Amino acid sequence: MNIGYYPGCALHGSSNDCEQSLRACLSALDVQLGEIKDWICCGATAAHSLNHKLSLALPARNLAVAERDGFKQLFAPCPLCSMQLLKAKKAVADERVRKELSEIVEADVRGESEVLNLIQLFEKIGVDRLKPAVKAPLESITAACYYGCLLTRPPDVVHFDDFEQPSSMESIVAALGAKTVEWNYKTECCGAGMTMCNEDIVLELAHKILSNAAEHGANCLVVACPMCHVNLDMKQAAVERRFGKKLGMVVYYLSDLVGLALGLSAEQLGINRHFVTQA
Amino acid sequence: MENQALGQVTSERLPVHFPDPIQVANCYQCGKCTAGCPVAMHMDVAPNQVVRLAQLGEWEKALRSRAIWECVGCQTCSTRCPKEVDCAGVMDALREASLARGMAAPGRYFVVAFQKIFLENIHRNGRLNELELIGHFKVDVLLHTGRIPFLFKDAGLAPQLGKRKKLHLIPGRARDRGVVERIFERCSGERKA
Amino acid sequence: MSRIGVFTCWCGENIARTVDVDEVAKRVAELPGVRCSLNYKYMCSDPGQAIVREKIATEKLDGVVVASCSPHMHLKTFRKAAQAAGLNPYLVEMANIREQCSWVHHDRVQATAKAFEIIRLSVEKARNDAALQPIRVPVTRRALVIGGGVAGIQAALDIADAGHEVVMVEREPSIGGKMAGLSETFPTLDCSQCILTPRMVEVGQHPRIKLYSYSEVEKVEGFVGNFRITIRQKARYVDVSKCTGCGECWIICPLKRNPSEFDYGMGMRPAIYIPFPQAVPARPVIDKSQCAKLIRNGCGLCEKKCKAEAINFKDEDRLVEEAVGAVVVATGYKLYSIAKSQPKATLAGYGEYGYGKYKDVIDSLQFERLVSASGPTGGVLKRPSDGAIPKSVVFISCVGSRDNAKGLPYCSKICCMYTAKHTMLYKHKVHDGQAHVFYMDIRAGGKGYDEFVRRAIEQDGAQYYRGRVSKITQEGGKLVVRGADTLAGMPVTIEADLVVLAAAMRPADGIEELAQKLNIGCDEFGFLLESHPKLRPVETNTAGIFIAGACHSPKDIPEAVAQASAAASKVQVMLAADELTREPEIAAINEQTCAACFTCIRTCPYHAIDRAELRTPRGAFIKNTARVNPGLCMGCGTCVSVCPSKSADLQGFTDQQVYAMVESLA
Repeated sequence: MNIGYYPGCALHGSSNDCEQSLRACLSALDVQLGEIKDWICCGATAAHSLNHKLSLALPARNLAVAERDGFKQLFAPCPLCSMQLLKAKKAVADERVRKELSEIVEADVRGESEVLNLIQLFEKIGVDRLKPAVKAPLESITAACYYGCLLTRPPDVVHFDDFEQPSSMESIVAALGAKTVEWNYKTECCGAGMTMCNEDIVLELAHKILSNAAEHGANCLVVACPMCHVNLDMKQAAVERRFGKKLGMVVYYLSDLVGLALGLSAEQLGINRHFVTQA
Repeated sequence: MENQALGQVTSERLPVHFPDPIQVANCYQCGKCTAGCPVAMHMDVAPNQVVRLAQLGEWEKALRSRAIWECVGCQTCSTRCPKEVDCAGVMDALREASLARGMAAPGRYFVVAFQKIFLENIHRNGRLNELELIGHFKVDVLLHTGRIPFLFKDAGLAPQLGKRKKLHLIPGRARDRGVVERIFERCSGERKA
Repeated sequence: MSRIGVFTCWCGENIARTVDVDEVAKRVAELPGVRCSLNYKYMCSDPGQAIVREKIATEKLDGVVVASCSPHMHLKTFRKAAQAAGLNPYLVEMANIREQCSWVHHDRVQATAKAFEIIRLSVEKARNDAALQPIRVPVTRRALVIGGGVAGIQAALDIADAGHEVVMVEREPSIGGKMAGLSETFPTLDCSQCILTPRMVEVGQHPRIKLYSYSEVEKVEGFVGNFRITIRQKARYVDVSKCTGCGECWIICPLKRNPSEFDYGMGMRPAIYIPFPQAVPARPVIDKSQCAKLIRNGCGLCEKKCKAEAINFKDEDRLVEEAVGAVVVATGYKLYSIAKSQPKATLAGYGEYGYGKYKDVIDSLQFERLVSASGPTGGVLKRPSDGAIPKSVVFISCVGSRDNAKGLPYCSKICCMYTAKHTMLYKHKVHDGQAHVFYMDIRAGGKGYDEFVRRAIEQDGAQYYRGRVSKITQEGGKLVVRGADTLAGMPVTIEADLVVLAAAMRPADGIEELAQKLNIGCDEFGFLLESHPKLRPVETNTAGIFIAGACHSPKDIPEAVAQASAAASKVQVMLAADELTREPEIAAINEQTCAACFTCIRTCPYHAIDRAELRTPRGAFIKNTARVNPGLCMGCGTCVSVCPSKSADLQGFTDQQVYAMVESLA
């Protein structure tokens, strides 16, 4: 498998633990990632909030660059990046828009490559291939799989899983020998990119998510989004201070669990670099 | 005068959206957007009311509302709308218009400033430079609000991030920043029209 | 025809204001074949008609053209007048110089010229008219009613009471339909079963009603007045003629835990069962998917127990044929499914309401069973999960209805009313309970309806919130309902013990197949199409087939009953005589020139053309040909346009007439 890789700013920034985890895990599975050259930021929340056209143009540029590099599949681990890529892909289905965007980004945007999120990457690898590779079944783990907002939304853009009752992450986690819980905040938002500028909201939402997972008997959260990880892991101490209660909920990237099950160490996966670690 | 500045805005068309305007007339005000919104409780105007203001062409109220800056863009409203109105897209369009006309709610200064600085950051670097973003944001808020403690808020996180090798003092920038510059230029030009 | 009389009408000022009627009459008189040309202020009035009659007699007219209004308005009037004067009524033509001329023009000179041209065309048509005779079709004076719900029951009883035989076909083991399962009915809160079951018994005992329960319509052949219906009697494994309905069999049946269809899964029934105690016929049926004897030749206890020896495990489906003259379709509705899997890809379902995930999220018909005295809980409202009495119930309107994204764009019309009723029934049963209703609009048009809803709110304390619900979750044994109050402009969260979804009404399963068999139309949602939404609301586009009840559109009981009576009265008119008279303006095929390609058979929208053989008087085969069935043909002319050998023609509107009209313009 040679899959185009669009890391996005987060994975090259403060969420580099996510990238470490991914790379360790994928090399153990013998999956190569080809980082697309000259990728640029997708514009994130700021672009779609402040300049709609720009929010399509920036990911369109990345799509075009990936296609120029010959990738039929493009893996974007950050759901916001992948949603923006898919929005651009949807927009260029209209020839009029495709022409305009191609001119803006100085490259032919075809919008033909398949955009994959983190869960889809593991689905591509296949549960059939994961299962036999499991060396250390995760028997002690009871996970609450957290999809957040943009993995499944908006459904007419991302076309991924059941957008109200998703279960794709559970299937993968179950293949690793871990248990999962049914809980209520699977697709509720954690506040996303408001970490810095609207902390109150992030803390409130993160608190609800972390508490609900605990109430339903989970001993950890699994995420497939670097922003969710920031809000739930890095901000967890702040949540605990604000709401005056101890949560101690470990937050894993999906790739962390895959890696652990494959027998990789917490250090290899960068789990030791999380804020909340096993008590 | 303000209305004049808004040009051809009518109740069916939002001021800014690309490529097509959002049909707010389709909304029958059921409130499902408000019901599912994770932050509706903090809004001065509920999401369905924001759409209502757009239906009425009450742009002044819509563009000055705090609600459009409280929205976290989680897409729950658009996903569940029985009339397939892209409510999250309405929020985006209103934010864009609000900022372009200098009508952003002062009470939501942090959010507005952050998004602006974020965009300027990638405009300059092609990719996000986190340290620069934080620095600019803090200075901007300080200059604007005079709140010195804000400068040191979360400062405790810095060594923590450093310890976890999460801080990059020399982050990667996009190689072809010329094209980034031109993309920004082309996308901003039309917006003023 | 060469002695044509033309009668130009002023229609008061309607025509004369714009058209110079004197001038027109004068010019028309010069046309070839016109014997006389007159004008008069009101041609349709008695003196006007007298002029027409008199001229037919004195001038020995062999054709009449009335230049006035639309044929829809007065063609019949003038045909009658002609007939009274001894002229074949099909030799009368109308030239529409009102709707198609005077009403739509201002310029008097041009309008006058146009009126003349219109009349000239009609004169040409009249010159080529042939005397026609109305078609007489024999009528089988019996009717078929498909569906034994309240609409079907009403139609069947009306027709049978009028003296005609009725064949009723019901798919389920008992008649009664949805109404038999309801608790109390709005706006009077009278007990549904108390008013329906006597009507059901009447059907069961009526000397002129032949009831086929647990049966379906397999095939429909024939045409108006002469339908042949093949009915599939599904294997019941119980001989209804021997069975006494004593109940020993279902008491002894050991397989008692099958979800009851009648209770919508809220209760259980044995493998041999009657759906409910007041069933008609009160005879059991064996569920072959559950019965141990039928699956693996085990058990057989019921057979041993039955003193009447009515159990027959070797029973098979049987096909029977019935001849009827008219059909009433009353197949009713079903609710939009709240299960995860949806019957159509366009219906996405409500994952945010927990699909079928939470046991205490139920639909309105399930709630009806839970509050019904005949229901699985004996009328005590117990929630499905743990049997607790719910102290807080949330009712959600418009689930599936008025939802373009996940369901159907139309309003299901009755949910506002039954939801108000539900809150009352709930309050009357659980005095310390609180009912909450999420609604978008309250649609309560009807006698005593709005007053009823206000009573639910003002007297029985139901709390109404104007807004939709976005999400339902379960936390600590409570259902957490997150909705909006758009009037207050804020989100609302309510903890509920039970949630009732007022799911959209959809046509019953199999409606499209049935419509195909009957050759009647469905709308995009599967509801049956009426012939005209205002003037022919119970007729279909196929003569002799009528519709009643919720198979046509969402309806409440009074409406369904009224429509059933309307359909029944239409049937009675049709069955009043031994013969039906139909207008003769239908297709005819020249069987000598027909090339037997049968393109017409494939294109005829009414299946009115059959294959036939042309034979000598001694029976020797000459050739194949297409032949029009005069009972079915609606005179649309499709066959005329597709026939490659020009062998099909429309009587009273022949190609020759059309060409003559066109040529007269040249």
